[in-house]
Amino acid sequence: MTTHYTKTHEYVRAEGNTGVVGITDYAQSQLGDVVFVELPPAGKTLKKGEEAATVESVKAAAEVNAPASGEVIEINNVLSESPALVNEDPTGEGWFFKIKLTEPAELNGLMDEDAYREFVKTLS
Amino acid sequence: MRYLPLTAQDRADMLARIGAASIDELFADIPGEHRLNQDLELPKRKTEMEVERLLGCLAAKNVAAGSVPFFVGAGAYKHHIPATVDHLIQRSEFLTSYTPYQPEISQGTLQAIFEFQTQVATLTGMDAANASLYDGSTAAAEAVAMARRITKRSKAILSGGLHPHYAQAISTYSMMADDDAVILPPDVLAAEDLGALIDNETACIVMQNPDFFGNLRDLSPLAESCHANGALLIGVFTEAVSLGLIKPPGAMGADIAAGEGQSIGNRLSFGGPYLGLFAAKSKYLRQVPGRLCGETVDDLGRRGFVLTLSTREQHIRRDKATSNICTNSGLAALAFTIHMSLLGGAGLERLARANHANAASLADRLSAIRGVEVVNKAFFNEFTLKVAGDGARIVEKMAQAGVLGGVPVSRLLPSKGLDDLIITASTEVNTEADRTAFAKALEGALSC
Repeated sequence: MTTHYTKTHEYVRAEGNTGVVGITDYAQSQLGDVVFVELPPAGKTLKKGEEAATVESVKAAAEVNAPASGEVIEINNVLSESPALVNEDPTGEGWFFKIKLTEPAELNGLMDEDAYREFVKTLS
Repeated sequence: MRYLPLTAQDRADMLARIGAASIDELFADIPGEHRLNQDLELPKRKTEMEVERLLGCLAAKNVAAGSVPFFVGAGAYKHHIPATVDHLIQRSEFLTSYTPYQPEISQGTLQAIFEFQTQVATLTGMDAANASLYDGSTAAAEAVAMARRITKRSKAILSGGLHPHYAQAISTYSMMADDDAVILPPDVLAAEDLGALIDNETACIVMQNPDFFGNLRDLSPLAESCHANGALLIGVFTEAVSLGLIKPPGAMGADIAAGEGQSIGNRLSFGGPYLGLFAAKSKYLRQVPGRLCGETVDDLGRRGFVLTLSTREQHIRRDKATSNICTNSGLAALAFTIHMSLLGGAGLERLARANHANAASLADRLSAIRGVEVVNKAFFNEFTLKVAGDGARIVEKMAQAGVLGGVPVSRLLPSKGLDDLIITASTEVNTEADRTAFAKALEGALSC
């Protein structure tokens, strides 16, 4: 179970050939209180880098891109009632959607946890 | 601020600063045929007295709506506006205040917007309304764009009873977005069957009630057809007073209501500023365009108001915003709110009944004239006359006789074979003497 990170602050956690996608703790802290998340419909095919979801906070709206290609197999419906989970537990209960990875090799092009931590340091 | 005329030196300095050699070079991007290649034919100078006299003479060439028996409608309506409305909207707290971005100093403006939204939602039978848009036609175009976002489909089908200006506004918005807007042929008798046209590419049907020709329409069956096929129904209106008497679009199953609010609290004013009313079912709230005001509590638990759901809007979401509308028709909306508050629900219904009664007696009066027929089965305060002759010519003849009797359909729908139709409206302002003058002028116009 490895987690990969993008420069646009999405993560994808590989569980077999399934990828759990969400936004990072750094992303939620920059956005502030999340008030709404718009998720892709289950069954939608996403290409890596394609716009997949939208997250709105009290001060901004941001697009969430697919960190890897695949088909959306499950979305986190709890977020429609409790968007604050994105702030409270971004990498746990605040996940966005799960995809069936069609090109797992794409993950190798993403950052691992250490690389992402270093990357975030360069931003502040 | 002092008024500082622009000197030749000022112009030269500004051109030098931006690197243009001449004014012509500055406007080089505008094609030659669209540029004015001569000086405006204006006198060099006139005194204030001379200007007043000249403009007064020019203004006197108009026939002002209030100066003659007036029956013009077709999208803009002359109603009585209580003096209270003008008095209150001119209070400087309202008149001069800026956009209420700072709720701590804008509670009055925000509360007025909140009351406005409540009134519009109630009037249209919807769950939520925005703080207003520019006018009815752009509100309708925004409704179509919203339906496309929700359904992720492109095609909008526009009823042949939709006001032609509204159809044009929707068509212009659609053209710029590469979307498909199907404008159906004029439907004078409300006989079209739109349900049969809905396919799996249809985002929405746009239907006006009362329609452009004054017909009352039942949106309910169409709402069912739309929803069975994954499309939305947009209910449009140009005469907000009608909602005091007829079933509102929301109650007939429409998903979005869009229309013109000028009729309540606002003058004809030669076409603007007007007031776009926009309301929708709450499940579509996030896709609503424009500003929204919400009720909340402050840190001491006291009731207050703020702009809300701003992440839909352009100043935050930029090109992904639900609309490029960043503002609202604040003062026109305030006038609407004050007039509505003065009327109350029962008062609005009485006003609507007075409108219908006046229009009904006018229709009886006119249809008794040889060569005149009222085409509508049912109408509110506006109907279509079929006359034995050219409608435009007859309207002109009546105007010469001192009666503004309506709008010839050929003016808005030229070359459609509808030259013998005149759309006529009658509101609470018309008197029995007005109707007599109209009947006489129409008889006179028909006989020559």
